[in-house]
Amino acid sequence: MKMNKHLDAIYNGIVRENPTFVLMLGMCPTLAVSTTAINGAGMGISTTVVLILSNMLIAALRKIIPDGVRMPAYIVVVATFVTLVDFIMEAYTGALYDALGIYIPLIVVNCIILGRAEAYASKNTVSMSACDGLGMGIGFTVALVVIGLIREFLGAGTVFGIQVYEASSVFEPIAIITRAPGAFLVLAMLAALQNKFKMKSATNGLNGTEEKGCASDCESCGGGCQ
Amino acid sequence: MQELIIIIITAALLSNVVLSQFLGICSFLGVSTKTDVALGMGGAVVFVITVASAVAFGLYQILELLKLQYLDTIVFILVIACLVQIVESFFKKYVPALYRALGVYLPLITTNCAVLGVALTNVQNNYNFWQSVACGFGTAMGYLIAIVILAGIRERNAANDVPAPFKGSPIVMITACLMAIAFFGFANLSI
Repeated sequence: MKMNKHLDAIYNGIVRENPTFVLMLGMCPTLAVSTTAINGAGMGISTTVVLILSNMLIAALRKIIPDGVRMPAYIVVVATFVTLVDFIMEAYTGALYDALGIYIPLIVVNCIILGRAEAYASKNTVSMSACDGLGMGIGFTVALVVIGLIREFLGAGTVFGIQVYEASSVFEPIAIITRAPGAFLVLAMLAALQNKFKMKSATNGLNGTEEKGCASDCESCGGGCQ
Repeated sequence: MQELIIIIITAALLSNVVLSQFLGICSFLGVSTKTDVALGMGGAVVFVITVASAVAFGLYQILELLKLQYLDTIVFILVIACLVQIVESFFKKYVPALYRALGVYLPLITTNCAVLGVALTNVQNNYNFWQSVACGFGTAMGYLIAIVILAGIRERNAANDVPAPFKGSPIVMITACLMAIAFFGFANLSI
């Protein structure tokens, strides 16, 4: 039973409350680094690591941090782990570090992390919060890889950096998909498909939240939205 | 002087913060339903980013002196949080109407990645004081321009017959996509 509870928290993050497709959180990194599947995976994994560690520390400190200063406290915790991840990536994954650039330190302001700290880790045990962080992180990574694959396949004709088709008279890679406008376009199409098939998403009100027009990013963004 | 103007134009138009760097998407999509509110939000962001880049520059000099450069992310985000708090108190007291209209998005400027993004870019590019301020101001102007244009389009869009699945966020993102394509045009500016 105890095990099930943990698995359920992980499953929840990947499917039921997928941060990108259902909660629509953390859109900035989603749009910016999903140019290729590999970049998406790198961003997803580094965010997952920060998410698990910060969830655990915040859950451990949840009875000590006074309510009035919890936001600054969370931000310091998250920023510390982001700095650590930043160093580790700079040391061991040079090319990926260059590709992700400024978006690595910007994990600090990713809505998902502060959102989970506020909505979950501040109320649950360390082990449950770790599972929640793992689930949310995997959900985010999967979403980034999927969007990255679509953009890479349509925009450059590659999958995980391997050329799968050449430009021909039948179909030519649509270069703009890998550039900035393509990010908005692919995400708009995915959101429209979600609406079409009435899948749960923060934007169509099917999970009980009102449409906020901001793709509801702020909902549990940690910015004192509620 | 000429160099500063180039920095401002580059930051505002050539590499627009929202449309080509994807920073501050949250509030860009959220507060862009009415032009006057968008203008207020843009103004607040201009103020916060300009002041934040100036303060961040000073702080980084201190960090450098103490050989603590690796603490930059932590220090910057805390300073930004304080600045946003100041702006919020100011608006609450002196411009209550705008304060109510901006609602939840005002405290959210803290998590607006554009603010931290500019501070970190300035450090990476080794900008001096005035270059940092110019870059911050230009970036924020880019944000202001983008959000006001989007709000204008959305006001007109509200009366249009949008296909059902595209209602809500999809059509806003399509609009943003077309704006991003339009902003590509600035890439040909030769400065």
